[in-house]
Amino acid sequence: MRGREDEWTGLMRSAMAGDDAAYHRLLKAVTPVLRAAARRGLARAGQPPDQAEDIVQEILLAVHLKRHTWDSEAPFAPWLFAIARNKLIDALRRRGRRIFVDIDDFAETLPGEMPEETASAAEVATQLNTLPQRQRDVLQSIAVESASIKDTAAKFAMSEGAVRVALHRGLAALTAKLRDH
Amino acid sequence: MDTDQLIRSLAADNSHRAPRVGAMLTMALLVAAPFSILIFASFLGVRPDVMTAMHNPFFDTKFAVTLSLAIPAIIISLHLSRPEALMRGWAWLLLLPVGLLAVAIGSEAMMAPAMPMSMRLVGRNSRACLMAIPAMSLPLLAGALFGLRHGAPSRPALAGALAGLLSAGLAATLYASHCTDDSPLFVATWYTIATAVVTAIGAAVGSRVLRY
Repeated sequence: MRGREDEWTGLMRSAMAGDDAAYHRLLKAVTPVLRAAARRGLARAGQPPDQAEDIVQEILLAVHLKRHTWDSEAPFAPWLFAIARNKLIDALRRRGRRIFVDIDDFAETLPGEMPEETASAAEVATQLNTLPQRQRDVLQSIAVESASIKDTAAKFAMSEGAVRVALHRGLAALTAKLRDH
Repeated sequence: MDTDQLIRSLAADNSHRAPRVGAMLTMALLVAAPFSILIFASFLGVRPDVMTAMHNPFFDTKFAVTLSLAIPAIIISLHLSRPEALMRGWAWLLLLPVGLLAVAIGSEAMMAPAMPMSMRLVGRNSRACLMAIPAMSLPLLAGALFGLRHGAPSRPALAGALAGLLSAGLAATLYASHCTDDSPLFVATWYTIATAVVTAIGAAVGSRVLRY
């Protein structure tokens, strides 16, 4: 468990230093842990586990947009679990349940109970359709069609800088919509 | 959208760098300050006898008290903008102005009273104080909340309350240079009530706007 968390901290440091591949690896590595904890939280609130993926995606978006609040001298896991816990509580509250979520729900997830498969979620997809055309196009191209920033720029006759701006604004708008809807 | 696809788009956005919360808060307060100073200059202004007042230790104490509220409140609000931050170990900083006031009240009590206690307590400016501090706080509070929105506080109402304390502390620093009531009893009463009002507003608004 300790080794896993040290590895995350190392990956996050590389990510903040500009290593996109390390960032990708980190997000992939934390997702099963978040998913297991989200399922457990839903189960405890008497909710069906099929909404877990919506919560996981909301946590990932928050992690992404708030990563400048992580202190690179501090371990990554407590920061991650604090965001995850907040988002899980928010999500359960929106579904009409007040529940105490323990931070240990995240920290103590064992490898055996972590579903590895990627899963689809409805909420992000729904909100995606409400974004301005350009942001939606860029997000679709990069996320769904796994095109690079460069290819996306060529496809829509945009500059790479404009693609980056649209991508970031799209992700920020998605997060705001998920929070407020 | 499946989660792998979302992760791909997040990784593609890794090059986007956001400023630190401290930088955002500083900028927002610098933008807000002129509005508070405008209120100060239009309706209040520095008291005319400021040169003599500076030799009165109780006049100077007012600034020590208001700044010992504002500066720790800024530090704690930045600390709380990290999601894993706890208030534990930091709250005592907020006792600094309280301790200063207690010492000042004690030393005033030991001196030969220039005025009866009731006059020192109520002073001439209690109503102005209750209006002016919250009024000058509001632009700063708006700025503080805007800056702190950039953070990720786990307890938005608490972070909002700190935004209220810091803006009230800064506004009270301006007000202290206008007000001719220097008795620590006056400060402990009316500044505190004004600060409490601003803090409550900060907590109420913060609980909505500081969620992330």
